[in-house]
Amino acid sequence: MKDVHEIRLTVNGRPHELAVEARRTLADMLRHDLGYTGTHLGCEHGICGACTVLLDGAPVRACLVFGVQADGAEVRTVEGLADGEQLSDLQQAFSDHHALQCGFCTPGFLMLAEAYLAENAGSTLGEDEARELVAANLCRCTGYQGIVEALLATARARQRP
Amino acid sequence: MTAIGTRLPRQEDPRLLRGRGRFGDDMSAPGQLHARVVRSPSAHGRVRTLDVTEAARAPGITAVVTAGDLPEGMVIPVRLAIAGTDLSAFLQPVLARDTVRYVGEPLAVVVGDDPYACEDAADLVEIDIADQPPVLDASDAFDDGAFHHGDQRCTAAELTRCYGDTDAAFAAAAHVVRIELAIGRHSGVPLEPRCLLAVPDPDRGALAIFGMTKVPVWNRDLLADLLGLDETLIRVHAIDAGGGFGVRGEFYPEDFLIPWLAMRTGRPVKWAEDRAEHLMAVNHSRQQYHRVAAAFDADGRILGLTDDIIQDNGAYCRTHGVAVPELTAAMLPGPYRVPAYRGRVRVVLTNKTPCGTYRAPGRFEGTAAREHLLDVAATQLGIDPVALREQNLLTRAEMPHERPISTLGTDLVLDTGDYPALLAAAVEETGRLGYRAQAGAGPGSSTGRRRGFGLAMFVEKSGLGPQETADVTVSRSGAVHVYSGGTSLGQGIETVLAQIAADALGADPRSVRVTAGDTAAQPFGSGSWASRSTVVGGSAVHQAAAAVRERALELAARILEASEEDLDLTDGAISVRGDPGARLTLAEIARAAAPASRYLRKGEPSGLSARRRFEVSHMTYPYGVHAAVVEVDTGTGRVRVLRYLVAYEVGRAINPMLVEGQLRGGVAQGIGGALFEEFRYDEAGQPQAITFIEYRLPTAAEIPPVDVLLCQDAPSPGNPLGVMGAGEGGINAVGAAVANAVRDALGLAGGVGQLPLTPARVCALAHATPGPVIGGGP
Repeated sequence: MKDVHEIRLTVNGRPHELAVEARRTLADMLRHDLGYTGTHLGCEHGICGACTVLLDGAPVRACLVFGVQADGAEVRTVEGLADGEQLSDLQQAFSDHHALQCGFCTPGFLMLAEAYLAENAGSTLGEDEARELVAANLCRCTGYQGIVEALLATARARQRP
Repeated sequence: MTAIGTRLPRQEDPRLLRGRGRFGDDMSAPGQLHARVVRSPSAHGRVRTLDVTEAARAPGITAVVTAGDLPEGMVIPVRLAIAGTDLSAFLQPVLARDTVRYVGEPLAVVVGDDPYACEDAADLVEIDIADQPPVLDASDAFDDGAFHHGDQRCTAAELTRCYGDTDAAFAAAAHVVRIELAIGRHSGVPLEPRCLLAVPDPDRGALAIFGMTKVPVWNRDLLADLLGLDETLIRVHAIDAGGGFGVRGEFYPEDFLIPWLAMRTGRPVKWAEDRAEHLMAVNHSRQQYHRVAAAFDADGRILGLTDDIIQDNGAYCRTHGVAVPELTAAMLPGPYRVPAYRGRVRVVLTNKTPCGTYRAPGRFEGTAAREHLLDVAATQLGIDPVALREQNLLTRAEMPHERPISTLGTDLVLDTGDYPALLAAAVEETGRLGYRAQAGAGPGSSTGRRRGFGLAMFVEKSGLGPQETADVTVSRSGAVHVYSGGTSLGQGIETVLAQIAADALGADPRSVRVTAGDTAAQPFGSGSWASRSTVVGGSAVHQAAAAVRERALELAARILEASEEDLDLTDGAISVRGDPGARLTLAEIARAAAPASRYLRKGEPSGLSARRRFEVSHMTYPYGVHAAVVEVDTGTGRVRVLRYLVAYEVGRAINPMLVEGQLRGGVAQGIGGALFEEFRYDEAGQPQAITFIEYRLPTAAEIPPVDVLLCQDAPSPGNPLGVMGAGEGGINAVGAAVANAVRDALGLAGGVGQLPLTPARVCALAHATPGPVIGGGP
């Protein structure tokens, strides 16, 4: 017998109710049950970070969290970053600094950076610190330079009044 | 004419940044089944039992198939055949029947309603294999010419690329220098695992395929042959791909199995591999053993070069056949004046994952061997490494330089360039950026940390033919549509082709929409690989767009009752010089070319569109210099790359931002292969790197900012755009430059012996008592 649980959560502010098997990962639930396919799975063992989403504001690897653990939570995914057709400042910085090529890892980096910038609003971000943060996730295309630059540029811009 | 050469933001970015890309596992079809491949747990053995009874009875399972269910003789043929080699005995069956030859070899496929249920059922397949001893060390073939293992023949092919009299060159030499260098086994490892969705249309007998991204037309045709279908009944759709790097999109066993299961069940079938599968199933690459030697005269001029190469090809020959080691042998002389050369390759089969290409295939390996040899030679001859290279480089006056050898079926003609000028520019740039000073200003030997500087030079190849086809159409809205046979793997092909089409058409690149790799929209494409998309695909787009421009001018002249010579095409509109009122947009001309338009003459085809085929018989050869500053911790064996420079001649950069991105990304992958990434096996042939914990991709902490000196001084004479490929110049010489820098840091007399330079190997090199130097006198 499948061990199915009924849960409620919001994703990018939208409420969802669904029945989910206990062993189903948050990533599979978001992608295949709720249609948020912007969250990507690169390793399914918590190293690459492509599946990073915000669970009640904190970045998590959605491949290492079960869907049922998101019961009652607010989840943010990459689909929630833009304002309508308008890219967020962070998304725009990624494009300006050529911080993506294939774009598969990009949602994970965006959510990681978004969480960091929200948590550290107002403080100055140095290059070493930015590089250390970016080192949490894997990218196979860019060599990371554009990602670090995009993060630094967004942090600088958000500091300006 | 400003669309080419600008750092235009990528057209691909908005959808990817918003999470709206369409990657393989994002695609689904109503009623789809999921597939799970059951793989061999043993490296080598006879299949005694393969019992799927229990798995087939598991809840939610539709079918479990084994080799016995397949049509007879299902093997995957070679795509890149090299004349003079017969690999028919070494091809991979789509499912193993009696014998398994590597861990991860497909044995069965489970299909069912839910991927979790399929994975559960796959564990219920009963497998009993009578293990046989595995062959794991291809370098044994150095000592055993025939190299049999039991009754198993292990050498699949042997080939030689040579010219001149190397025996005489070595006999006459004042100095002979030899090194051995082993290159580790690694792979492209795109961040998106492979995925396929096959959607059948039982009434038409047709199939739609999502996820074949690299050579979709070739894969479609092969699949049609294997399934006994007319190829036009199969449509491969263009979707996003999470990185290619050579490994994605070749025809693997799954590329037959998933479509075949869809046809057999009459339902869509989807397969998404997991990372462990990827690391043991997708093409490996790189693993070679080199015994390379150079003969010099008393002044340090190269008289001859030889390399005895063994390629550990894994268990089978896949679609690339022996193209990778052939490229190693053919490209080994690089940018130098080499009067006599002999490169011999033996392709040895082992009980490991089969090999194919990985970005700069054969050249990462060959450049490492040659450039490391030159640094060892510089030490032994007492010459500065840069000076040794300078005096042996082919000069501008010697270009084009024809080497009497062939590669990939084309004559090797180094078409253009000024190698000494690029070397000089790179050396100057490292000086300006303080590389030498930083290498010399180490923290002091008492800390156990030593710094070193390394440099390497290389010739790349790009723009492999024989052809690419492009269609360019202007629709009623004035939008320009490009249908290319290239595919989008993250390299930015949509943006680049839009810039090329916009340039030829005098249109805004943002009005250009590119479809790349849809076999219905472009049935004559050759795909994206071998750094060919901008060169060959771009030239086809250029020609098709130029033809559309001619047609637009012809129609405009007719409509405006003007002479074509008096017309200007700018900003997407044609106007009559000196008559600002007489102006037609491309949209208006497209409407004037629609069927039943009064402007069309009898018998004239409708539409503002053109198809052009760009054919090319020779490749074009970009070139570059890499330089690295490293710091080696002799206590821990850790190597940090502090600085990295790529100087690269690209002919002409359509979008410099994307070229720099290609180079920087290539460097990062190269550092992975030089220091971290390695597929190791235990003595039973069990793979030891099947997660990202053991297979160590570099993170931002290991990759320094990469300095790029992008040169556009030698436009290629072989195509109308003057472009050369940029995809592989960033990775080509990283193994060489890093090995040379580590050798410099440690003050080694000989070579480093092996890549990647893992901490254990670096410690061994740092603490080895200096032994006799290999080579010396003739």
